[in-house]
Formats: sequence, structure tokens, C-alpha cells
Amino acid sequence: MDKSATHHPTVAHPHVEHAHEELGFWRTYVFSVDHKWIGIQYAVTGLLFLLFGFTLMMLMRWQLAYPGRPIPLIGGLFGQDKAPGGIMLPEFYNQLGAMHGTIMVFMGVVPLAVGGFGNFVLPLQIGAPDMAFPKINMMSYWAYFLGGVTMLASFFMPGGAAQSGWTSYPPLSVINQGQQTMWLIGMMFLITSSLLGSLNFITTTVQLRAKGLSWMRLPFFVWAQFVTSFLLLLAFPPLEAAGILQLMDKVAGTSFFMPSGLVVSNRIVTSMTGIAQGSVASGGGNPLLWQHLFWFLAHPEVYVLILPAMGIVSEIIANNTRKPLWGYRALVYSLVFLGFMSFIVWAHHMFMTGMGTTMSAFFQTTTMIISIPSVVILTALLMSLVGASIRFTTPMLFALAFLPMFGIGGLTGLPLGLAPSDIHLHDTYYVIGHFHYVVAPGTIFALFGGVYYWFPKATGRKMNDLLGQLHFWGSLVAINLVFFPMFIEGLAGMNRRMYDGGAQFAHTKSVLYWNVVQGYAAWALGLFQLFFIVNFFMSIKWGKAVDRNPWEATTLEWAAPSPPPHGNFLTEPIAYRAPYEYSVPGAAKDFTPQFEPERA
Amino acid sequence: MHTDPAAVRKSVRLYVTIGVSLLVFTAITVMANRLHFVVPIAITVAIIIACIKGSMVASVFMHLSHEKKWIYGALLLTIVFFIFLMCIPLFTIMDTIGTPVRATPIEHAGH
Amino acid sequence: MNIPYTVEERPDTGLANGKLGIWLFLASEVMLFGALFSTYIILRVGATEWPHGELNIPLGAINTVILISSSVTMVMAWASLKMNEWGKHRLYLLATFVLAAVFLVNKYFEYSAHFATGEGPWHSTFLAIYFTMTGLHGLHILGGMIVMAYFLGPGAKLWKTNPDQFANRIEYTGLYWHFVDLVWIFLFPVLYLL
Ligand code: HEM
Ligand SMILES: [Cu+2]
Repeated sequence: MDKSATHHPTVAHPHVEHAHEELGFWRTYVFSVDHKWIGIQYAVTGLLFLLFGFTLMMLMRWQLAYPGRPIPLIGGLFGQDKAPGGIMLPEFYNQLGAMHGTIMVFMGVVPLAVGGFGNFVLPLQIGAPDMAFPKINMMSYWAYFLGGVTMLASFFMPGGAAQSGWTSYPPLSVINQGQQTMWLIGMMFLITSSLLGSLNFITTTVQLRAKGLSWMRLPFFVWAQFVTSFLLLLAFPPLEAAGILQLMDKVAGTSFFMPSGLVVSNRIVTSMTGIAQGSVASGGGNPLLWQHLFWFLAHPEVYVLILPAMGIVSEIIANNTRKPLWGYRALVYSLVFLGFMSFIVWAHHMFMTGMGTTMSAFFQTTTMIISIPSVVILTALLMSLVGASIRFTTPMLFALAFLPMFGIGGLTGLPLGLAPSDIHLHDTYYVIGHFHYVVAPGTIFALFGGVYYWFPKATGRKMNDLLGQLHFWGSLVAINLVFFPMFIEGLAGMNRRMYDGGAQFAHTKSVLYWNVVQGYAAWALGLFQLFFIVNFFMSIKWGKAVDRNPWEATTLEWAAPSPPPHGNFLTEPIAYRAPYEYSVPGAAKDFTPQFEPERA
Repeated sequence: MHTDPAAVRKSVRLYVTIGVSLLVFTAITVMANRLHFVVPIAITVAIIIACIKGSMVASVFMHLSHEKKWIYGALLLTIVFFIFLMCIPLFTIMDTIGTPVRATPIEHAGH
Repeated sequence: MNIPYTVEERPDTGLANGKLGIWLFLASEVMLFGALFSTYIILRVGATEWPHGELNIPLGAINTVILISSSVTMVMAWASLKMNEWGKHRLYLLATFVLAAVFLVNKYFEYSAHFATGEGPWHSTFLAIYFTMTGLHGLHILGGMIVMAYFLGPGAKLWKTNPDQFANRIEYTGLYWHFVDLVWIFLFPVLYLL
């Protein structure tokens, strides 16, 4: 162990720390390189985008419930080109829809789950003083920020924001009015941000683990972030390439995704030039190519949305059941397998594109295979609850709700993964219901749980429990009222992305009233978030002050002071044991932290 | 490892040799192109030569001939996904229901 | 506060942070160019005919020679540092920079010849993919030049204070540079010859 002297050379030097306190306002709060502050920047920006995405959706829900009726109160604010007389135009509805999806996925959930929680918690949990590349970490946040600004700016530009869904399928996306170009540029920033972040996370995990923290002693959250980072690192570049190609179609008149001889409004269109160039010597483009490149990212992306949530939930469950996680190894292996498989299922989003039966069979098989590790993970988490005397803290409530909600989301995915049933369900509200169950009462609940759980670490104060419980129960009821009816609507054949909610079709008449119910429920959901917002800001100042380990938890982040100083730990943390040593027989307390030295 | 000066001094000659053979292979590719093989053979030849050149750059200049296991691991994963990316979209686009829609040389714009 | 293993290697992985970082970055680059190659294949398979002889093969071959030579000078720039020959290092790095610049000048001539006849990326799917791939590759060359300029200029100071770290940085620059070369080794036959 002669290396131990050089291990973390300057982890603990109070004097050095002190020198760093003098960084000044800009370097401390704006262009900080401290992973904790960057994490908080990410998390707060992500939460704000979630709120903004939610508001866009509220406008859409009004239109769906009461098609053609002027938006009350604020309807006049949108101007003639978006909502004349307060009545939403179809183009505006499409802008809202496209930006809702984009914002929620790429600017809300992922930045909060990976950028926020990953940045704040991961280095602490592996006992590192910071990320491996602090400056790249800062650049990653600012690339994200610029991406966000670009996307927001597009609303105010001629033609308004992008209108072709978060999936941006050509040829529509290329010929539509609206700032698709800004969407593509914004995505470039967001992709750059993710790439910088993910290589940082991987390097940090491999290189900066504390002494004694072997791979099988890593908290499950770290594993989840680690696998997620690989997905981001290797799946995003193809979308970046696709974005470049679509940008060329938009601005350079190429037709990568534009078939030759496409006729729109009685005119032959090749890309933006709008008129056939007469030069198709090498053939036209292929719109399906975009779908392949897009889903090559976007299927792994849905695991980017869910895996960090599973990580958070595992931490909370282990802590509040006071038991080790059930089947830690199975969890880890399933996670890695899931990550790998997520790269070869993507075309289950494309069963309706005229794909032949051989490839359909291939993709539905891989999709069924990938659901196995998901079920293993869910089962292991459920088994962890068996026989436990559970502490029903606020974070635990969110974690507990995650399990059945993710269960519903995952199980409803199976009929979608099988080509025969997907032909009926594709592009209906059933799909919307499916993925919202995974992402909203699934991932976002887990993220809320994570905020309640790590808030004391970040601020030294606990969030209020009563407000937390109100937030939880209200949200749980409301969110199910929003999303469950979507299955009913979808099975009745209501299509997604219809600006009148399907009112023009006779066959969906019988389920239209659900749109009104969902409208009310969405309002309720929004109102219950006020409990969270108030709680969050109030607790920063007046929350109950706590010491470094208020939850009596076992992982390394609880060895650092709350909030941890720049450089994190006062003495070099060493991991002596597995991550979840709760209720060890014969131990004095019901938890034996990883960082507690062995007693002879 | 390459890090001590003596070892580096030794590998300098290797770097130059590899540089020269890369140039030779470039000449071969260009020459092979002059022979006008039928397309499938031309593609095979050109890709094989490019692969040889590529692996020389990777293994010598980029020191991949003796790297650490983490780097091999990451690259192996990348290569697997790279192969998926090259093959699966192609297979899927080739496999269509009914007759594939192929671009026909355009007769005239606007009918 | 110092981050461990920025210069020295972590015993159990045998790696310094930057080494793993740059390789992961290159892995993502493989997927980026991979998607473009995949695009190329799919467009070509779907095309009724594919143009031949539209590009200037001699110029392309010269550029290949230039990039390969620059890879040699780049690896020599690093080797000279390891052998503690600062003067040679500067020379080799400068040579790499100049070769890169010559490459871009050639590319400029090629591009302008196309534009002069009105055959930009909009002309055909072949030229579209040609301009996109070589354009992106050219941007990578430019990026590499910026990094080299930094190490020829202000970045060189590090050699005085922390020679090991400086040598590492040159090594990482080299890895990136060889990768850019490697991409060209595939681009040249695929676009110019086939
Ligand atoms: C666990 C097993 C899962 C299976 C078998 C599954 C299957 C599918 C399938 C086949 C579709 C395409 C449906 C269609 O468009 O016709 C789909 C859509 C979707 N899924 Fe899943 N999924 C699963 C889990 C998840 C998870 C964990 C997430 C996210 C956290 C997710 C998010 C989405 C999204 C966002 C879409 C809609 C994409 C769009 O068209 O805009 N899914 N799912
Ligand atoms: Cu999917």
C-alpha cells in the first residue's frame, strides 16, 4: 500500500480550501468549476425548464379540451400569428407540442437527472474531491444553457418555434414553416453538452473512486449514472450527424432526407429550394434514414431518462427499508445488459414504415429481450421491500410510487413492442400514455424523491415533511387522472398530435370527454407543485438544520459535511464495505456506513 | 510502455517506417483504382487497403498495440455499436413489404 | 484543490485522466463519422446511378500524403518531448501545423472549383455527402490547428513548470490528430475512388 500516500494528495487541506473561498462572485456562482455548484445550476435550470414545458402543455390541454375556444385571460398575449383572438392556430399548437417534448426530454429531465443529480451526487458517492475535468464540466453546463436559450429564442423568431414534434421527422420538418433551423442548432449545443458531461462522468467513475471502493461496492446510483453516460456518449453522435444532415437540407439545399419527386401542394419539392433542380443523378434522399439515426439515439435516450431514476430510487429504498438492496449483483448485471441492448431495439418505433417481416421480427425479439432486465430490476426493488419496517419519509413515498408507475409504463410498452399490436396502437394516445407513465410518475417522481433526499446534503437543511406529503399525495392522484385516460382514448383510436384532440373523427366521439377531465387534472397537478416550490425555497432558509448524515445512510456522500466545502471531504474517505450495510446482525446501530473503519 | 526515453528513441524508427508504408499503400490504392476493377471488387480492395492503413495508424501512432484494458474495453464497445450502426439501418431499409420504392430517373418536373 | 491522476497514472487502471477522456471523446467521434458513413452507404445503395470521376483524384491523393506526413511529424513532436529535445519538438509541431494548413488550402481549391461550376452540395446526393463529410472533417482539421497553435504559443509555458503534463497534452493532441488522419484514410477512397 505504498501508493496510499499519493492517493488523494490534497483532499484535505483546510488552508488550501480557505484560499479557494476568495474566488469572487462570478467564479463562485456563475462560472464555477465545483461539481456541486454545477450540479445545482443544472438542477435548477432543469426544474425551470420542466415548469416551462409544463406551461406549454397546459396551453395545449386547453385546446384539446375546448377546441377552438379562446384561451382565457392570457389568450391575447400570443399575437396574430399564433392565436388570433386568443384562438390557438394549428401551427401554434404544433410549436407547443414540438417544444414541449424537446424541452421536457432534452432540457428538463436529462439535465436534472444526469447533469443535476449526477454532478452533485456521483463524485461525493465515490469519495472524489471533484469531477475529473472540472473545466469541461463547466463548459458542459454552459453548452446546455446556450442550447436552452437557442430553443427559447426560436419562439420569438419569424414563423415561431419548430413544429414537427420532438422527433422532427422529414420531409415535414424540412418543408414546414417555423424555426426548425434553430431547433437543430439548439440540439447541437445540447448534444455537445451531453458528450462533454458523459466523458467526464465515465472518467471520474473509473479514475477517482476512493480507496477501497471496488466496482461491486459502488452504490447502485453510481452504476446507473455510469451506464447512462455510455449511452449518451455513443448514441448521441449519430443524432448529431443526422442534425448536421438535416441542417444541410434546410440551409444548403441538399436532399439527404427528401425523396426525389416529392410533391407538396402540386409542386415538386427538393428540400428548401422548393423547385426541382433537375439533377437527381445520384438519386433522392431517404426520409427513413432520419428515423433510423434519430431512434438510434432516442431509444437509448429513453433509458437515459429512466436509469438515473432507478438509481435514485434504489438509494432511497435501501435507506428507508433499513435493509441491503435485494440482489445487488443482479441489479448491476441487468443494468449493464439493459444499457447494451438499448442500442439494438430502436426500430420498434418504425414498425409502421413499411419495414419487412424479417427485420420486424428481429426488433420485436430484441424488444422483448430488453424488457427482461427491466423486470429484474423492478422485481429486485420490490423484493427489497419485503419484510422491511419501512420509514415513510417524503422521499420514500416518491420512491414507492415510482415502482407501480414504472410498472404500468413498462408493461404497456410490451404491446407496443410487438409489431402486430403496435399496428393498432402506433401514433395513438396509448403511446403517449405509455411513455408518460414511465417518464412522469416514473422518472419525475423519482427526481422529486431525489431532491427531498439530497436536499439536506446540498443545503444543510431538511425540506418540510408536511408540505412534502401534500405535494406527493396531490401529485399522485392528479397525475394518474391525467395519464390513465390516455390509454382509454388511445385504445378507442384517438390519434396523437391532433390539434383538436380528435374531435373531427366520429370514432373517438365517445372518449372525448376524457380530454376535459385531463384538463382539470392537469390544473390540479400544477397547483400541487406549488407545495414543492414553496417548500424548496422556504427550506433553503428556514428548513430544519441537520448534521452530515440526517437519514442515517451508509454511502460515502454522507461522510462529507453538509453542505460539503470545495474539495468535498475533510479527511480522505475510504470505503471499508459494501454500500448498503443496514441492520447488520450484531452491529450497534442499524446502519454501518461504508466509511466507518472496521473495529477489531 | 513508451514513456522512458530509451524506448521512445527505439520507436522513432518504427514511426518513420510506418509513415513510409502508409505512403506506399496510398500509392497502391490510387494505382488499383487505375485498373478499373468491377465495382464490387474495387470497393473490396479499396476498403481492405484502407483498413490496413487505418490499423497501422491506430496501433502504432496511437499506441493501441499496447494500451490499458479500459481503453480496449471502451473501444470494443464502440466498435460493436459502430457495426450495428453500419449494418442494421441498411438491412432494415433493404427489407421492405412489397416491392421496394426506388428512385427512377426523373422525366420532367411538374409532369 | 487538486484532482488526483491528472498527470500521474492511477495504479489500478494504469491511466491518467486525460488519456481515458480523450479516448472516450474519440469513441464518440467514431460514432459521429460512423453515422455519416452509414448515410453514405444507404444513399448509395438507394441510388439509381452513382457519379464517378467528379473529384480531383491527384489533389485528393496529395492531401492524403500531406495528412499522413503530418501524422508522422505529430508523433515525432511527442517523441521529441519524451527524449527531452525541446527544439525538435517545436519544429515538428510547427511542421504539423503547416501541413494541416496546406491541407486546408488544397481543400479550398477543390471546393472553389466545384462552386465555380455551380455544383454545390445541392447538385446531387453524391456532392451533398461529399461536402458534408469533407466539410466536417475540415472542421476537425481546423480544431486541431487551433489546439496546436495554442501549444506553439501560450500553452508552451507549461513545459517549464510541468513537463510531464505538457508531454501528456501533446500526446492527447496527437491521438486526436491521428484520428483525424484515420478518418481521411477512409474518406479518400470512399469519396474519390469508388
Ligand atoms: C420496458 C419496456 C419498454 C418497452 C417494451 C417499450 C416499447 C415502446 C415502443 C414499442 C414504442 C413505440 C410505440 C409506437 O410509436 O408505436 C415506445 C414509445 C416510447 N417509449 Fe417505450 N418502451 C419501454 C420503456 C420505456 C421507457 C423506460 C421509456 C422512458 C423513460 C420509454 C419512453 C418512450 C417514449 C418517449 C416513446 C414515444 C416516442 C415517440 O413516438 O415520440 N419507454 N415504447
Ligand atoms: Cu424505444
